[in-house]
Amino acid sequence: MTAAVRTVPERAVPPLGGFSTTFLRLEIRRLLRNRRTMVFTLVMPPAFYLLFGGLSDSYQHQSAGHGNVSAYLMLSFAVYGAMIANTSAGASVAVERAQGWSRQLRLTPLDPVAYTATKVITAMVVGAASVAIVFVVGGLGGAHMPTSAWITGGLVAWLGAVVFAAFGLFMGYLLPSENVMQLLGPALALLALMGGLFVPLDALSSTLRTLASYTPAYGVGELARAGLLGDGIDLGAIANVVVWTAFFAAGAVWRFRRDTARV
Amino acid sequence: MELAAPPQPVHPPAPGVRSPVPAVALRGVSKHFGAVTAVDGLDLTIEPGEIVAFLGPNGAGKTTTIDMVLGLSRPDAGTVEVYGTAPRTAVAHGLVAAVMQTGGLLKDLTVRETAQLTAALFAHSRPVDEVLERAGIAEIADRRVGKCSGGQQQRLRFAMALLPEPSLLVLDEPTTGMDVEGRREFWSAIRADAERGRTVLFATHYLEEADAYADRVVLVSRGRVVADGTSAEIRARSTGRRVSATWEGITTAEAVALRALPAVEDVELRGDTVLVTTGDSDAVARHLLTATPAHDLQITARGLEDAFLALTTSVPATHPTAPTGETR
Repeated sequence: MTAAVRTVPERAVPPLGGFSTTFLRLEIRRLLRNRRTMVFTLVMPPAFYLLFGGLSDSYQHQSAGHGNVSAYLMLSFAVYGAMIANTSAGASVAVERAQGWSRQLRLTPLDPVAYTATKVITAMVVGAASVAIVFVVGGLGGAHMPTSAWITGGLVAWLGAVVFAAFGLFMGYLLPSENVMQLLGPALALLALMGGLFVPLDALSSTLRTLASYTPAYGVGELARAGLLGDGIDLGAIANVVVWTAFFAAGAVWRFRRDTARV
Repeated sequence: MELAAPPQPVHPPAPGVRSPVPAVALRGVSKHFGAVTAVDGLDLTIEPGEIVAFLGPNGAGKTTTIDMVLGLSRPDAGTVEVYGTAPRTAVAHGLVAAVMQTGGLLKDLTVRETAQLTAALFAHSRPVDEVLERAGIAEIADRRVGKCSGGQQQRLRFAMALLPEPSLLVLDEPTTGMDVEGRREFWSAIRADAERGRTVLFATHYLEEADAYADRVVLVSRGRVVADGTSAEIRARSTGRRVSATWEGITTAEAVALRALPAVEDVELRGDTVLVTTGDSDAVARHLLTATPAHDLQITARGLEDAFLALTTSVPATHPTAPTGETR
């Protein structure tokens, strides 16, 4: 009767390092359940668009590149929303470490790569929702630009924000806190300001402008507006996104290794 | 039979033949944290189907050893194998699962979602509703984990450990912080499960848990195995009774005379109190009351607790240890 149990069953290791759509679905549901995160990612960016004057007559009639200033604002706040969504999803590892969940996951076949991929996809899904809401509010409320600028702007704001998924993961492993987003919220606001998402960088002195162009939100903001402004592709902005993403990802891997070695 | 149809064995073991591979094999395992030696050359082999209590005081190295069995940390010296493979491989194949002391749960998921998520990560899993039922938490499946009591959370950890249908279940002080009723319910669930033939290794510092639920007790102290056997065997190492009495001004010569009485194993003086360990307490009591000025007699039976204390508090490293299953 017990013989079958006393022999060791031959078991398979799950494919894709344990990546599963159930895990992904529950991760997204958890993020959607977090009211604070939802307010910051889905309500604040479109609210900022309206507060900063997206609906105002002057912005609607003032041209910016191939469209109007309202479109410029809309693209900036779409990037800002995607930025917060990605950081929140990445930084959730801090909460999971604080609650011992990371350790629990190490008692499953889940591979760290599959775990990270799930976090990044979750970030992308919520980031897409944030960009979409800003675009809907902008589209209904004053923003005008060519269709190609809508498409490239939306895609860049969405995909370029992966730099902040990496940033969130790095901070999540660096800061052992359940309230990591309370620390990162002000940091993100500062980065958005320096990245030219709240006010055009033309308003800054040339020294500050140069400095700002090296901050992590600058590249994705520039690239998202490239279609509207018709500037062409700015290689410096691409380098900004690539270098910062690589830097934050390397930081996350470094902290992750320390974390698993210590436990 | 629960495992009537195991998933396609690659090397099918002959039915009814006991696996030659031990469930757990620790050989000369050491682990240091800075200057502290948590585990010090520990050897332990657990055969499939055994229910083993890993008993020892806090700081004996139980959790450190369990972490190495689960692949959560690596030994500084020695080898750890689970079913003949590296612990991490055994975990990835769902052969070993664990119920940890605390943590390891997300407060913002429900009980069922937590089990669903865990199930989704393994290649092979029991149905979620079945394990919730077996762990006795089916009726709170839709409750948020953060709103569950400590005992309910512990049963959820147990349910999660059952999902991959592991051959080895490891429990690290699973009833810490539970009330008496919670502990009883938890252990009855574990016991019902162990009757299916699963190998169970549990760490505890509750003697009664080791006594009641384990086939075999491995006593650890300062990172080493100091005794290994059934709880009866370990208890037998400290048989007899202890007779204590007050005897003002007892001299060394008088104590030596007591030691010479038949069946007396040990005599200890603590001020005016004399403690006699003996196989014949009646003879010692009769002698003390009739032939000496001793008074205020007390006779106590020695049990697992005495063995536990004797073996874990002042064991010289070279002292010969257990009567059976000696590992050093």
